[in-house]
Amino acid sequence: MARMKFLCDSDRCIECNACVTACKNENEVPWGINRRRVVTIGDGKPGERSISMACMHCTDAPCAAVCPVACFYSTEDGLVLHDKDLCIGCGYCFYACPFGAPQYPRVGNFGGRGKMDKCTYCAGGPQQDNSAVEYMQYGSNRIAEGKLPLCAEMCSTKALLAGDGEIIASIYKERVQQRGYGSGAWGWRTAYREELPA
Amino acid sequence: MMRLVMALALLLPLGGAMAQQDSGATAGGAPSVQSVAPEVGSGRGGANNAQQPSSTAPETQTGGPRPAPIAPRPRVAVEPIVAPPPFTARSDTDASALEAQHAENGGVINGAVSIPNQAAGILIQPAGRDWRGFRTRILSIAGAVILLGTVFILAGLYFLRGPQRIDAGRSGRTLHRYGLFERMNHWMVAVSFVLLGLTGINITFGRTLLRPVIGAEAFTTLTWTGQAVHQFLSFPFVIGLMAMVLVWARDNLPSRVDIAWIKAGGPAAKGHPPAGRFNAAQKALYWFTIGGGVLAAVSGYLLMAPGLLDNVTDQQWAHVLHGGMAMVMMAAILGHIYIGTIGTEGAFEAMATGRVDYNYAREHHSLWVEERVAEARRLATGAD
Repeated sequence: MARMKFLCDSDRCIECNACVTACKNENEVPWGINRRRVVTIGDGKPGERSISMACMHCTDAPCAAVCPVACFYSTEDGLVLHDKDLCIGCGYCFYACPFGAPQYPRVGNFGGRGKMDKCTYCAGGPQQDNSAVEYMQYGSNRIAEGKLPLCAEMCSTKALLAGDGEIIASIYKERVQQRGYGSGAWGWRTAYREELPA
Repeated sequence: MMRLVMALALLLPLGGAMAQQDSGATAGGAPSVQSVAPEVGSGRGGANNAQQPSSTAPETQTGGPRPAPIAPRPRVAVEPIVAPPPFTARSDTDASALEAQHAENGGVINGAVSIPNQAAGILIQPAGRDWRGFRTRILSIAGAVILLGTVFILAGLYFLRGPQRIDAGRSGRTLHRYGLFERMNHWMVAVSFVLLGLTGINITFGRTLLRPVIGAEAFTTLTWTGQAVHQFLSFPFVIGLMAMVLVWARDNLPSRVDIAWIKAGGPAAKGHPPAGRFNAAQKALYWFTIGGGVLAAVSGYLLMAPGLLDNVTDQQWAHVLHGGMAMVMMAAILGHIYIGTIGTEGAFEAMATGRVDYNYAREHHSLWVEERVAEARRLATGAD
């Protein structure tokens, strides 16, 4: 199977937030939670750049390593998913995650954390594929339908790429070669211990 | 009559035919309901309507001869325009170099977001890797070593040296040591501390030790309940600590006697060096519990309500402080439990009944006994 990854080409991202909107709409993400967000570095200054960031589905995921109840699991596509029925909302995955992906509805005791919510790569959760209960808990399961995550599919400038890591890396390398510049694949060193040419 | 019938019989099919003709006429169509059939050939859109050329030969041009065509201008040599650099001074940002730099030196790659959750502006925080190391290795391994080591040492003390007996034996007379409020407060703190400790140990080690035994669902139920217990019991624990400050702080102020007690060898001394109501080791434990408890409580509350700290780095430090402090406190309290129960004869009844044996008090807290006796004498003589 393919090793699915995200790649954001920050020289193409125009901070339109369509990926954020697409994600929220497709997965019915609760209020206050953004599975995907666009971060602008050096906002308003020369050389500013925007990067769309969500769960990177790390190799050797830190969230899975620190979870006290071991609610994370990996799919054969290399996606890091979690079981909300096992999650206790302790917040450890948020402390460990380099990308700030895990988020919590504030429904626990003393306004504390509810069950963690994060990007599923539009691959749902451990429930039966595309069942109503899976949609309620995790949102849409496009992977089971043979589709890619909607954020990348909707990207107006094709800055955000999703798919097999080798294919999207080769697309990015080709772009960099053609236009002569690029800032590298954001997060890839941290998530996959892999570097793409800048 | 017969002729009439025959005439009618002849008319019948005729009538039927007439009726059919009528219905056929209406079905044939009032123009208002039926679309008009296009009239081909006679009106607009007809194929044969336009003028037809009479011959295929080209027509003669009108308006005289044509002028000569204008010669194209000769090409001027042009400097090719160099494509300008992309529209801004493009900084040579390199994502992996930035990440490597932050992984080495700490800090986060930060930016601006247009969503209300401003903490989401942290794009990448490689420090999460270090916290992961703390949680999966340092805290687990060091915590296990500290806790098991303490248990091992205490077991060694018990089996090799044996519990400390009252040298003079029990006198049969008792002395009032702890009031009802002091005891109830102590046990409130004790019960909450033990449960806080057990639920905390479950969060730290349960995944490795308990989850394979009882299964994922049962373990989640247990841990979910455990963390709720952990959160709610923090309140009696903190309230009890504050009450301990009120009732015991004065007797726990360090004094010269403590230095002498430590110099004499403390708990390992031959004989019993003099001590007040609390000896130096008890005072140390008291201040350690108050200080450590406050630190653990503050860091715990910061973790409990994530709205208080919206910075992931601060939350990591709060957890490091909380977990580290808790492990050391549990080890210290294990020692306290040993000394207060099976380790010292006559010690447990102080917290159970509030009264201790006179000989126990004389050996362990000689100065306190003198004080109490002097006070009793003063009261007795004053009453005379």
